[in-house]
Amino acid sequence: MTTEILIAGFGGQGILFAGKFLANKGLLEGRHLSWLPSYGPEMRGGTANCSVVLSDDPVGSPIVNTPDVLIVMNLPSLDKYESAVVPGGKVFVDSTLIGRPVERADLTPFYVPATRLAQENGVPGLANMIMVGKVLRECDFTSFDGIEDAVRSVVSAKHPEMLDVNLKALRLGYDYQD
Amino acid sequence: MIVFEKPKSMTEAELHYCPGCTHGIIHRLVAEAIDALGIEGRAIGVAPVGCAVMAYNYFACDMVEAAHGRAPAVATGIKRSLPENVVFTYQGDGDLASIGMAETVHAATRNENITVIFVNNAIYGMTGGQMAPTSLPGQVTQTSPYGRDVKTAGYPVKVAELLSALDGPAYIARVAVNNVKNVRSAKKIIQQAFQNQIDGLGFSLVEVVSACPTNWGMTPQKALQWIDEKMIPYYPLGVYKDKRQEGEASDK
Amino acid sequence: MGKKVLMKGNEAIAEAAIRAGCRHYFGYPITPQTELAAYMAKRMPKIGGTFLQAESEIAAINMVYGVAATGRRVMTSSSSPGVSLKQEGISYIAGSDLPCLIVNVQRGGPGLGGIQPSQSDYFQATKGGGHGDYHLIVLAPSSVQEMADLTGLAFDLADKYLVPSMLLADGTIGQMMEPVELAEGREPVFTEKDWAVTGTKGARKHHIVNSLYLVPEELEAKNFERFARYAEIEKNEVRYESFMMEDAEYCVVAFGIAARISKNAVVAARKEGLKVGLIRPITLWPFPKQVLADAAKHVKGFLSVELSMGQMVEDVKLAIDCSRKVALCRRTGGMIMSPDEVLEQIRLLAGGDNA
Repeated sequence: MTTEILIAGFGGQGILFAGKFLANKGLLEGRHLSWLPSYGPEMRGGTANCSVVLSDDPVGSPIVNTPDVLIVMNLPSLDKYESAVVPGGKVFVDSTLIGRPVERADLTPFYVPATRLAQENGVPGLANMIMVGKVLRECDFTSFDGIEDAVRSVVSAKHPEMLDVNLKALRLGYDYQD
Repeated sequence: MIVFEKPKSMTEAELHYCPGCTHGIIHRLVAEAIDALGIEGRAIGVAPVGCAVMAYNYFACDMVEAAHGRAPAVATGIKRSLPENVVFTYQGDGDLASIGMAETVHAATRNENITVIFVNNAIYGMTGGQMAPTSLPGQVTQTSPYGRDVKTAGYPVKVAELLSALDGPAYIARVAVNNVKNVRSAKKIIQQAFQNQIDGLGFSLVEVVSACPTNWGMTPQKALQWIDEKMIPYYPLGVYKDKRQEGEASDK
Repeated sequence: MGKKVLMKGNEAIAEAAIRAGCRHYFGYPITPQTELAAYMAKRMPKIGGTFLQAESEIAAINMVYGVAATGRRVMTSSSSPGVSLKQEGISYIAGSDLPCLIVNVQRGGPGLGGIQPSQSDYFQATKGGGHGDYHLIVLAPSSVQEMADLTGLAFDLADKYLVPSMLLADGTIGQMMEPVELAEGREPVFTEKDWAVTGTKGARKHHIVNSLYLVPEELEAKNFERFARYAEIEKNEVRYESFMMEDAEYCVVAFGIAARISKNAVVAARKEGLKVGLIRPITLWPFPKQVLADAAKHVKGFLSVELSMGQMVEDVKLAIDCSRKVALCRRTGGMIMSPDEVLEQIRLLAGGDNA
């Protein structure tokens, strides 16, 4: 099985970090994977996106053109990538920041007010991981088990306190119901 | 008793320089400094592009031929790889002050622990006498046939003054080789520039005001006179920067 | 081999270079290879190595020349516009028969171009690049693992043949992370080479590292001698990957990231019943000419897939002596073809009747 994931939003929302978490989750599970960021000036506040491919076989193209899973954290990203999702694909929308619903009827949307949840629950700036938590609940390419090790491998050793808040954010997303 | 012999640090190769050219004197002063300091076995020289391009055949130490202007960068690589060796460049004015200005300034500002011998004869010799960055205002050359017009060709670069304005370099001096007195002083200062490297002081550059009778269109004797009359007034001799002295001054 | 870790391609090159015994790095900032320099800046001071941010690409490559002349492992890295600046120094290094590693993490061009991935420096890398008669050994990684493995190989081949090596990567592979298993570290290679400038120690005749030969007979002889070595490299060092070629009627030729994309397309084409395979040159110079010539004996057509206006396609045609149709699938300027675009070209090549 191969799962192609595209995460998109503004620079500074932790788009690449969310992707790194999923990549490390895959690594710990012994899967084949690739993680590819957009790079350049957009890292400084423009749009950022990140392709993650998790597979049981060696990864061919690391560029996700047609995602199975799309995570969007701003409206331009939904506008840009909705049409690219494979039929039957899943779209995760930060509904605090994106006012419109997913238009395509052949996709399964999930709306999570991640930015608001992050603010209300004392994990500001971790809307990205709330979104990922919801993905872990709704998709079966990986499980919720083992998230602690995966977070540990992405948070900086200089900031061990980030471990708990990331886990809290993941849990918030995982438990969120409409 | 031997009263005159070739320095050990020069090979048996016959020099190709024109009659009256002062490269020969400067080669000899460099070789004498290497001999005097007993460093011929660990010296590595970098030759330029210009009249001294074949300096690698004349110095008996290991030599590398650099691209035009790049000798300080090449010397940087050698010195970083072999910090115990004594590394020097030998460059002309076009090489050091025109095409290689960036490499020169940055090696100086890094205080790269190398010794730079800079031969300023105010002309491109090897290519047949074109205007150099150090050609004097009004100087007639192949590419300034009506004399260097500072309005269109700009002013000469005063390398010693320019580099001594930097915090980096350890030692900047200007000497000349147009008479016995000046040659004796040049010898001392060139040796000092090598000693500085051995002592770990850093970037040491000696600008040597030099003659090019062939491309100046003068007899060798007239060329030496011209150095006194025209070159030295524009390029005053002396030690422009000396961290050793500055260090002593601040210790007091 | 250690356990697998996630690394960016650019970082994998840096770590692999250190493990291959390289202790000298000179560079100048440019996107998209910055992680490599940053990694070196962090690591080199801790292992007694040199990291120096030079004043220009030109200075950096000449510093490389200086270290290479002393016989030690040395490298620089840059991206397309910066590698253009390095060409002068590369020509001198090649002309002086010195080993070193130059990394080009390509971006779109010409001119300042863009910063997105490209393969449009293929000509520059494989045909010499600077002035004069010379070649580089050019290796084209297509994964983060190969970024590491080919870095070590590039140093070894450069040392073996006294030829500068180039790792020709692109922004995608430089920036992406994949699991990578790094080779155990080797001791720095400090063996005194019998041509290196290290100081005569008063014990031998002076060594001269030089590319100037004013006597044309000597320069010609030198170039012939160098090309005899190139012939050895062409004989011994061709590397490539062959994928689904056993019964292939059509052959995709692609390197680096384009080969990764093409693989997806080949797999998709096979599902449609199209007998397609992929030959991925790992060495771009020496180019796997014979491999393609042999393939031409049983395939009906070739498709060159490149992130350029079409550069390698010329070598494909030369390799098979234009004996088969050679099509081109190209994107340029930082744009990347999708597997579907490659698949469409495969269908067209196969006659369109299966589309």
